[in-house]
Amino acid sequence: MSGILRLLLNRLGISLIVLVGVSMLIFAIARIIPGDPARIALGPNANAEQIASLRAEMHLDASLPVQYGHFVADVLRGDLGMSLYTNRPVTQDIAQFLPATLELVFLAGFIMVAFGLPLGILAARHRGRWQDHLVRVIALLTVSAPGFVWAVILMLLFAFYLPLFPIAGRISDIYDIERTTGFLTIDTLLVGNWAAFGSAVHHLILPAIALSLSGIGQAARLTRANMVETYEKPYIEMAQAYGFFPSRIARSYAFKPSLIPSLTIIGLDFAAMLGNAFLVEAVFAWPGLSRYGVAVILRKDLNAIMGTVLIIAITFLIVNIIVDLMIAFLNPRIRYSTRGAS
Amino acid sequence: MIRTLRILAANPLSLLGLILVCLITLAAIFAPWIAPFPTHNGAVVDFLNNNRAPSARNWMGTDLVGRDIFSRILFAYQISLTLGVVVLAIAVPIGTMIGLLAGYIGGWLEMILMRIVDVFLSIPPLVLAIAMMGVLEPTLTNAMLAVTAMWWPWYARLVYSIARGEREEGYVLAAEVIGAGAGHIAFREILPNCLPAIITKMTLDMGFVIIIASSLSFLGLGVQPPTADLGSMVAEGARYLPDSWWLTVFPGLAILVAVFGFNLLGDGLRDVLGVDE
Repeated sequence: MSGILRLLLNRLGISLIVLVGVSMLIFAIARIIPGDPARIALGPNANAEQIASLRAEMHLDASLPVQYGHFVADVLRGDLGMSLYTNRPVTQDIAQFLPATLELVFLAGFIMVAFGLPLGILAARHRGRWQDHLVRVIALLTVSAPGFVWAVILMLLFAFYLPLFPIAGRISDIYDIERTTGFLTIDTLLVGNWAAFGSAVHHLILPAIALSLSGIGQAARLTRANMVETYEKPYIEMAQAYGFFPSRIARSYAFKPSLIPSLTIIGLDFAAMLGNAFLVEAVFAWPGLSRYGVAVILRKDLNAIMGTVLIIAITFLIVNIIVDLMIAFLNPRIRYSTRGAS
Repeated sequence: MIRTLRILAANPLSLLGLILVCLITLAAIFAPWIAPFPTHNGAVVDFLNNNRAPSARNWMGTDLVGRDIFSRILFAYQISLTLGVVVLAIAVPIGTMIGLLAGYIGGWLEMILMRIVDVFLSIPPLVLAIAMMGVLEPTLTNAMLAVTAMWWPWYARLVYSIARGEREEGYVLAAEVIGAGAGHIAFREILPNCLPAIITKMTLDMGFVIIIASSLSFLGLGVQPPTADLGSMVAEGARYLPDSWWLTVFPGLAILVAVFGFNLLGDGLRDVLGVDE
């Protein structure tokens, strides 16, 4: 257990360093904006006095390191500033929109694992044969289009031509569910409304598939490559010499070692999904963080842009720590190590 | 080179990729001559023929102001490919240099450079590009800038991981023993061993740059109208689904076909050049 504890502390330390870097990067991006942020915030009708007072409030007259210091101090107090777009604290906006995006990304991640890994295993078990070639073509095809193209195609096929799924939104308008967690699939269960739960899931499926497609291709390719490598190991040869069934060899001997590198990529794909959610949410009118992000970017709403990027980066770092811990649990060399792992 | 091509062409999928890439490149270069309506790249209106379904006159239909979608796709390929080439031409040398420095020289330089790379890699690429475009004016040059800024770290990490492994190899030690300088070892000894991986990644990345660039313009953060761009064409048409399906389906498929071509080619190259995934 101490191996895992050390790993966790190590990862938290690295993440903290990275997070400081991310905050600098976000601050730098916010400062390359041409023009006066205060003037942009107040609009063309503001007078010099108003601009001067807002400049003072935003610490714009101070030197850059001092400005950065104020930015970090505010963030640590949980204050991301006011959004010019919604006129509310950015934290409040994010708390409202983040659950919808996470709900979508989590289901998409689940679909990616549920289909990507078996496809990769299938290809590896039948490497060089038609199943392998088929999986290769499917994998290359799914990574070859951005999320919004898949979203449009799926919507056209399965919402318009074959009306199996709803076209847009998170839940049918007839349900008025109290938002406790913001995750509609959880909130509907909390009030015990099964019909509303069904509606929420029904609305989730199509956007989640659109979001997961490119990840499925990547997960399948990688799992295949790792498993093919594992199949060449002597202990697999020994299992084959013993005459074990191919399905048992795949399940008990080849799969687990191959899973470890796949998990790393799944963590990276999760990051890609947080970005791609921007595209899928736009097509399906999904009221998530990404739609909010695009709206505030088009209005050059600086506080909201910085807050959104920061939250996405933090979410991604947390997911990667979780992935690292999962790998540690799967890998006995780390699990039982007393020295910890780098 | 010729041998590589011959092995590549022996695989039908790689051959298909090579053909698709060649066709799309040629179509982009010669777009002004082969497009049925060469003027339709710009602000042209033809309301007599607007929003028409595909026909013999307009193979992929016309858009809301009557411009030929097939012609616009050919011109949009010009923008996509230019963007891809420019981004990679800047990002790859920068990333390679940083990766080589960190991987071969090591020490505190490795620590600092790779932490900076980690910072860039810990924000989803598309989010970083979107955030940068959010504060910049939406122009083609700025889109290139934003995509380049998020692209170099991937090459830095790729080259770094190879260079770090090669640092311990016998041939590097041998070069060090006979007194070769750090520059010679980094560029003449280690770099050639990184090239197969870099070339494979560049081919695959042409496709990914096209995806990211079209995603930016899909969100209205890239090339501005009236210039044709695949992403903005899909975005404009998406409001008119399902009736005017050709507005979105053809530009969307155009992205798919181009990226698929680069992916098939890159995947084939990976096998031929013996690069790990």
